[in-house]
Amino acid sequence: MTQKPGTGGLKFNEPQLWDKSRKGRCAVSLPKEDVEESLLDDSLVGDAPDLPQLSELDVVRHYTRLSQWNFGVDSGMYPLGSCTMKYNPKINEVQASRQGFAAAHPFSGDEASQGALKLMYSLEQFLAEITGFEAVSVQPAAGAHGELTGMLMIHKYHEKKGKQRSKIIIPDTAHGTNPASASLCGYDSINVKSGPNGILEPEAVKAVMDEDTAGIMLTNPNTLGLFENHMKEIADIVHAKGGLVYGDGANMNAIMGVVKPGEIGIDVLHLNLHKTFSTPHGGGGPGAGPVAVNKILEPFLPVPRIVKEENIFKFVSTQPDTIGRMHTFYGHFGVLVRAYSYILSLGAQGLSNASKLAVLNANYIKEKLKGTLHLPYDLPCMHECVFNDKIQKEQYHITTMDMAKRLLDYGFHPPTVYFPLVVDGAFMVEPTETESKEGIDQFIDAVKAIAKEAETDPEKLKTAPHITKVTRLDEVAAARKPCLKG
Amino acid sequence: MRYLPHTKEDIQSMLEVTGHKTLENLFDSIPQDLKSKNGINIPEAISEWDLNAHMEHLASDNIACRDYKCFIGAGSYDHYIPAIVPYLISRSEFMTAYTPYQPEISQGTLQGIYEFQTMVTHLLGMDIATASHYDGGTALAEAALISLRTHKTANTVAVSRLTHPSHRQIVDTYLRPTQFKVIEIPCTEDGITDLKALEAMEDLAGICVQSPNFLGNIEDLEKVRQIATDKKAMMVASFTEAMAYGLLKNPGSLGADIVAGEGQSLGISKSFGGPGLGLLAGTKKQMRNLPGRLIGKTTDVKGRPGYVLTLATREQHIRREKASSNICSNNGLCAMTAGIYMATVGKIGMRKIAQLNHNKAIYLKKTLIESGLTPAFDVPFFNEFVMKVPEGFDQMRRNLIEEQCIFAGLDLEPYYPELKGHYLFCATETVSKEDIDYLAKEVQS
Amino acid sequence: MKELNDLNLPEDVRYTEDHEWTKASGDHVIVGISDYAQDQLGEIVFVELPEVGDSFSQGDEFGSVESVKAVSEIYLPISGEIAEINESLEDAPELVNESCYEKGWLVKIKPSDASQMDNLMDKTAYLDMLKG
Repeated sequence: MTQKPGTGGLKFNEPQLWDKSRKGRCAVSLPKEDVEESLLDDSLVGDAPDLPQLSELDVVRHYTRLSQWNFGVDSGMYPLGSCTMKYNPKINEVQASRQGFAAAHPFSGDEASQGALKLMYSLEQFLAEITGFEAVSVQPAAGAHGELTGMLMIHKYHEKKGKQRSKIIIPDTAHGTNPASASLCGYDSINVKSGPNGILEPEAVKAVMDEDTAGIMLTNPNTLGLFENHMKEIADIVHAKGGLVYGDGANMNAIMGVVKPGEIGIDVLHLNLHKTFSTPHGGGGPGAGPVAVNKILEPFLPVPRIVKEENIFKFVSTQPDTIGRMHTFYGHFGVLVRAYSYILSLGAQGLSNASKLAVLNANYIKEKLKGTLHLPYDLPCMHECVFNDKIQKEQYHITTMDMAKRLLDYGFHPPTVYFPLVVDGAFMVEPTETESKEGIDQFIDAVKAIAKEAETDPEKLKTAPHITKVTRLDEVAAARKPCLKG
Repeated sequence: MRYLPHTKEDIQSMLEVTGHKTLENLFDSIPQDLKSKNGINIPEAISEWDLNAHMEHLASDNIACRDYKCFIGAGSYDHYIPAIVPYLISRSEFMTAYTPYQPEISQGTLQGIYEFQTMVTHLLGMDIATASHYDGGTALAEAALISLRTHKTANTVAVSRLTHPSHRQIVDTYLRPTQFKVIEIPCTEDGITDLKALEAMEDLAGICVQSPNFLGNIEDLEKVRQIATDKKAMMVASFTEAMAYGLLKNPGSLGADIVAGEGQSLGISKSFGGPGLGLLAGTKKQMRNLPGRLIGKTTDVKGRPGYVLTLATREQHIRREKASSNICSNNGLCAMTAGIYMATVGKIGMRKIAQLNHNKAIYLKKTLIESGLTPAFDVPFFNEFVMKVPEGFDQMRRNLIEEQCIFAGLDLEPYYPELKGHYLFCATETVSKEDIDYLAKEVQS
Repeated sequence: MKELNDLNLPEDVRYTEDHEWTKASGDHVIVGISDYAQDQLGEIVFVELPEVGDSFSQGDEFGSVESVKAVSEIYLPISGEIAEINESLEDAPELVNESCYEKGWLVKIKPSDASQMDNLMDKTAYLDMLKG
């Protein structure tokens, strides 16, 4: 095979901050004291918080060493299914850190914030156009937050109609956030099974949809990486009983320029700007989860909304049917700047090409690796493909987890494992469009080499990874006797 | 497009493997009637050069672009960010990683957030802090929900009227579809929460009081603790200015069960209100009730120390509809930023900066009184306070923004109609005596 | 995972379809989870139990047992009031794995109708159920 990117490398040890702390050190430069000291009443004053005491170089070295124990998209291929770990363009960081954006106070007032308002307004329009919806709010702070926003809108819609409903339909392939968001709105989840080919059948929905069901939550393309072909029929069934269709847009990266969710029966959709629109994941956030809605749901969008009147942009909070406020200010503005910058850099053609190449990369991996790994649904896939460990488990007692851990030694971030739940031992690969053919070929070679090792040296997989900073961690001990601070 | 690496030859050879003729054929499995016939009608791609010009133009339409002076806090504070903070947080290994689901190659994020959790517990005086939430308002909504879910009988949570108006609105939004109720604790003429009125309230699952409150005043949390104990309700203390706890007694030492607040002051730029940093902390007893990620220390199979995401069974991906919250991500990079900030300022710096904030605010108040404004309240505050302004102040304030980029306080009328003609002022370590004297002179004229 | 024939299934307890077991002990009935249940769950990290004095009907969820990546609700085999909980599980949830019928019991209940015990399965019936 070609040379694998993973090596042993030089890794520094680094203690916890407080082990480096020495009384009297301080790494911050303080301004001169130009006004008189004023003391608060003793009864109000506490002890100084017990933070570590370090010099500037202590801090710099500490975090530099920590960072070197991390793997990011900039380090190597990160084919984490359902997470869309594409390249995060650096020019977007430049935009977000411009003084005019980064230093803007949220209560500066509309007149002093025209640039920020215009950017958010334009981004809402771009996202509405890309997804085929009437209106967008960029306020939700993350995908799950957007989902909750969408469900609150559906809840308010039914309330406004005069009769609240008690249930919501959720397919077995759904993200865990779907049922959790629904239950925050008081809806009981009604699970429906997808059909034998991994696609939801209209009959299954018809069998459970009734006038006490608020609607359905669907991810399309679904978490198996398959397009829900019966989307329109399913939407018709739900709409006929007065329900609404919630679309989880986590997988929008597959279909930009090909399908517009707003045109195929979905009433409300959330997007993950940190997936499809390239903003960095930051080790778990901050993301942004705008919601897009059709005309029926527009009155329910969170406030404040941004409106344009005679070329002046304004925040307006007077919509009578709004669900209310979801974020202290206007959402993750800094993330919105990056997504806006990304969309302008790609344009319509670039976005559409991104989706095509993401789907090409996934299908290429699917073809190249089927046979090496078991492929439960051998159908044309969208932006990701789901394998499992059936072959290795049956023949060599090697699990998905073992193969995932061994991939670390080869220098790749593993795919998403054990999700979706409908595939036993799932191994879910989403390469994204920004990986080159050579990179993908290296990944394929690595998986093949690991499958070979499963046969010849299974112990090596069971004890992997071998060259990382630490090896497998004792999660049982961590959960039995939680140690959550130092 | 520079982000798309595929050459024509690559595409051709890959299509041969997948068995498609063209890229469009990859979508043949999608029924024709589901495909969009309308293209995406957005501007054509622009170069990096043009993008820079366009973005700078937009940014300059925000008055923050120039060297402006901000005497507004109200949930977003102008604190100095040491150069090493943005420098370190820009390391791509932090920025371009996902949630640390593979701990063997995520120890940087994991140890960093574990240290963040630890420092937050020290700042707030609590046993446990989560790996962060979206912002102070959503953290408070989660805290209110914890009190309601864990209480056996009561289904009402009382929230002080002097809690940040946006935070109260978020709590309302989150609780509206549930069977739970929110009631407002009124405030006194002294600009603090009316604890007598609170004492008269019954059947409360939780009591939420912000200190320093939205008007900048310091609340009597000790008394709130007593009332909460009497009423068998959970005490939730919230805040918007984390810097205050560099100086004030922290909410943990005053007996809070849960603390929810905004951590933007800890090295995070204002960025027009987001992303900020939701802080959520609890006593040991609340460990399994706290939603959101937690990082714990453990060892690897060779006995070396290491860190993992833990207690995941509370979370949505395992408990699904029974999860205590739908929260999935945290504001990880902001939490890491706050961690770096706290490590940088340390125990000494945090106290000094907090004291400086208080000194400047006292001086600002004094000079504004001298220039003809009237103090609205006479209670202790940290770095924000309310002044009654004379006729014509609003116009003068507008001129100051337009002509000199000085933001002289926040008009309180939209949030508290009874405070018409009152402005909320804030002074942090970033304003100098000169700036304050200048503002006072302008106000006086 | 254990083979069905390797399971430790004592004769002197009664089983439910949800894999709890019960055993009379004086005026009280002891409740736990079966060897099959603890084996399926894997290493148990936390046991959530009700408070003494809480009352439940037969089949009510009265707590949960957690491994690192799964949560299993536990249901009361017969109606009654919680008389005692196994407090040692708070610090040592692993007792459920190590000794599910002895040291790893969950609760003792004061039954409201002890005859409900009669409807529960004996070892043979339970094993048959497991074999499907």
